[in-house]
Amino acid sequence: MRALTADDIEALAVGAWILGTGGGGSPYHALLALRRLYAQGRHVDLIGVDEVADDDAVAVVSVMGAPLVILERLVDSRQIARAVSAMEEHLGRKFKAVMAIEIGGGNGMQPLLAASQLGIPVVDADAMGRAYPEAQMTSFAVGNLAPSPLTSIDPRGSEVIVSKTPTWKWMERTSRKVCTEFGSIAATCKAPRSGAEVRRWGIAGTTTKAIQLGRAVREAQRRHDDPIEAILQTESGRRLFSGKVIEVERRTTEGFLRGRTVFDGLGVDRGAKVELNFQNEWTVLWRDGRPVVSTPELICVLDSESGEAIGTETIRYGQRVTVIVLPAAAVFLTPRGLEHVGPRAFGYDIDFQPVFGS
Amino acid sequence: MKRIGIDVGGTNTDVVLVADGKVVHGVKAPTTADVTSGIVAAIDALAAAVDIGQGVDAVMVGTTHFVNAVVQRRRLNPVAAIRIALPATSDLPPFTGWPADLAGQTQGGAWLIEGGHDYDGRRFMPLDLAAARRAAHEIRERGLRCAAVTAMFSPLDASDEEALAQLLREECPGLAVTCSHRIGGIGLLERENAAILNASLIELAGETVRAFEQAKARLGITAPLFVTQNDGTVAEAARAVAYPIFSFASGPTNSMRGAAYLSGLKEAIVVDVGGTTSDFGHLRQGFPREANAAVHVGGVRTLFRMPDLISIGLGGGSLVDAATHRVGPLSVGYRLTEEALVFGGKTLTATDIAVAAGLLDLGERSRVAQLPAAMVRAVLARTTEMVEEQVDRVKVDAGDVTLIAVGGGAFLVPDALQGVARVVRVEHGGCANAVGAAIAQVSGEVDQVFQGKTRAEAIALSRELADARAIEAGADPRSLALVEAEDTPIAYLPGNAMRVRVKVVGDIQAR
Repeated sequence: MRALTADDIEALAVGAWILGTGGGGSPYHALLALRRLYAQGRHVDLIGVDEVADDDAVAVVSVMGAPLVILERLVDSRQIARAVSAMEEHLGRKFKAVMAIEIGGGNGMQPLLAASQLGIPVVDADAMGRAYPEAQMTSFAVGNLAPSPLTSIDPRGSEVIVSKTPTWKWMERTSRKVCTEFGSIAATCKAPRSGAEVRRWGIAGTTTKAIQLGRAVREAQRRHDDPIEAILQTESGRRLFSGKVIEVERRTTEGFLRGRTVFDGLGVDRGAKVELNFQNEWTVLWRDGRPVVSTPELICVLDSESGEAIGTETIRYGQRVTVIVLPAAAVFLTPRGLEHVGPRAFGYDIDFQPVFGS
Repeated sequence: MKRIGIDVGGTNTDVVLVADGKVVHGVKAPTTADVTSGIVAAIDALAAAVDIGQGVDAVMVGTTHFVNAVVQRRRLNPVAAIRIALPATSDLPPFTGWPADLAGQTQGGAWLIEGGHDYDGRRFMPLDLAAARRAAHEIRERGLRCAAVTAMFSPLDASDEEALAQLLREECPGLAVTCSHRIGGIGLLERENAAILNASLIELAGETVRAFEQAKARLGITAPLFVTQNDGTVAEAARAVAYPIFSFASGPTNSMRGAAYLSGLKEAIVVDVGGTTSDFGHLRQGFPREANAAVHVGGVRTLFRMPDLISIGLGGGSLVDAATHRVGPLSVGYRLTEEALVFGGKTLTATDIAVAAGLLDLGERSRVAQLPAAMVRAVLARTTEMVEEQVDRVKVDAGDVTLIAVGGGAFLVPDALQGVARVVRVEHGGCANAVGAAIAQVSGEVDQVFQGKTRAEAIALSRELADARAIEAGADPRSLALVEAEDTPIAYLPGNAMRVRVKVVGDIQAR
């Protein structure tokens, strides 16, 4: 177990945004809230997956909702903590620790907000290793673990327990409906996991990974070094393309932000063009009509100068960007993993071709 | 039509007389600490050069005075910040994330009460009037003179902010209240921050505008006074004193508007090259395109109508490194006439390079005759690259654009640039900012989320509301024209949700 420092939290916000692969929502509000909680003397402990006993119960938290609504409702450490307590009441047992469903974006910070209120540690793991748009796109779903129960909390006092759903898809549909009624935002505690399940199916070390990424960027910026090089070295990633944005097309369908953007090469890539598609997060990068890299590998679009991540909602013409790819969690590279989060799960009729490992 | 346009910058106060659509004359005078005497001196100089005569219709002033007060942390009032959003948002109370020194000067107290709305217009919580009265009582007890009121989703439904403002005015006589929905769009913290900054400047704005009025009276001008806004329009002085934040970026905005007017172009990129910096912006329908993202002011994250500008450290006074050919970002600024080589100084500046290259006739050319021609060419190649890169950044799509080059340092912009179809230079380009002030119109705008409406319906509804706001701001209803209509689909929200931004402008209603 180690105590997370105020500096770790700053780095986590930067790293979680990079691992958001274009989506996941900004960690900015959560960072502000944690700074404040730390200034008040609270702190959060981080434990490794090996420090959880097989039959310990671990709470899995996230805030569901529309990014626009989050801009007005902000974050609330007590609500996310209440989602955990409500689950404890439902189960009749206490949680030993709390973890993130997705490390990417603002949800990577939510377990820290909950932990600061509850006085339990955060497990250094998540179930995506990045951000994904839907509930069945997790390592827990790949492992066929139980999708229910789920608690969903509204600050005005409404609390819903989805006690049973047969599949993860049903959980997504049902919990999304509740979220919409709450004003398109809800603090949720997902199906609880045993320590054994977290070790078998959780993606270990992702909080530390995000902190290391963030620290690499912050230190490179401080030294006026190339922050993108620092990211690639920290995460053994690869630089795919550097260029500028020459086209952005967005549309909202079935509640998702879908679209494409085209980059025109600069520097060593001058003369080349690539197209990047997205569904909330970046999904497939195309070059000359052929896929170069796709989900589940992590496609990150970074500001070529600052190294900071650029999201699918904010990318715009003229930005200088560098596209990098980071390795996916092994659990998603299996045939079953690819069924959940491979390119076909996003409607692309292509096979996954790994950039790493083969 | 006869108007006097004034732009009070950090270094110079520019004044122009515009009559019947033509720039009659423009003068520059140094900006003074009290602002007023600089304006009087500039207008005196204008009157000495041309006959201003009778029948001035309006005096339009643009000033950086208020934003400087925030940046320099002076003359700010403590503000009572009241937020209507409980039981949500209490983790991030007002003033969260502010630099300590600025918060120290502006923090008059924070009150959180229940109320507000949801994204679809449904009520979030009933407004807690009892808590509102308690807050009003405490504000009165503490003797606070300025307040900022922010309610959840107030850009969609402003009723709670308006009800609270009414209550505060009744309970706290003399209290100046800023409502956040008048300032910014969706994004509670950033809108609240902007409203608080605005409230902290209310007294300074009042004094400054009174000083403008006095300067005008001393010169015997009876025409009404208008203050220019960030979006390139003007507000009547009486309204402008309530919204000093809307004049934060009026300097570069006025330059862009002046460039549009002087060139007759409505779609173009504008570069305003000053002594220290160059501002690049995109003209759309003759107005600067607005930024759609958070803007930091004095270290505070805000969201309100600001032009989408890129500033780089390139100007006539930029320092040049003869070895690396690096230009800027440091500059000799207003000391150009002492420090530049052509004026007998010891510092190599961008102006010296331009004189050496024969682009400009200033000072003594013989003093730069010995500069190596290869170095001069290399430095100019570097400045050309800098301009090309920024022009490309402010473009909204590929394809060559028209570039209007204005400002005292416009000689640094070459006629041939990659990505630029042609470079336009205009007469009076050196005081484009004051021209932009002189020709400004009034506007009305809307930024709202719609659900269950077709795109056309949502835009039509927004248009009606924007028209009403422009008329309220003093526009002639017959002159209203749509300059911006933008709709963005919103991810995750059901019911085909979209955010619509509409802006109309019109001529000032004659009186």
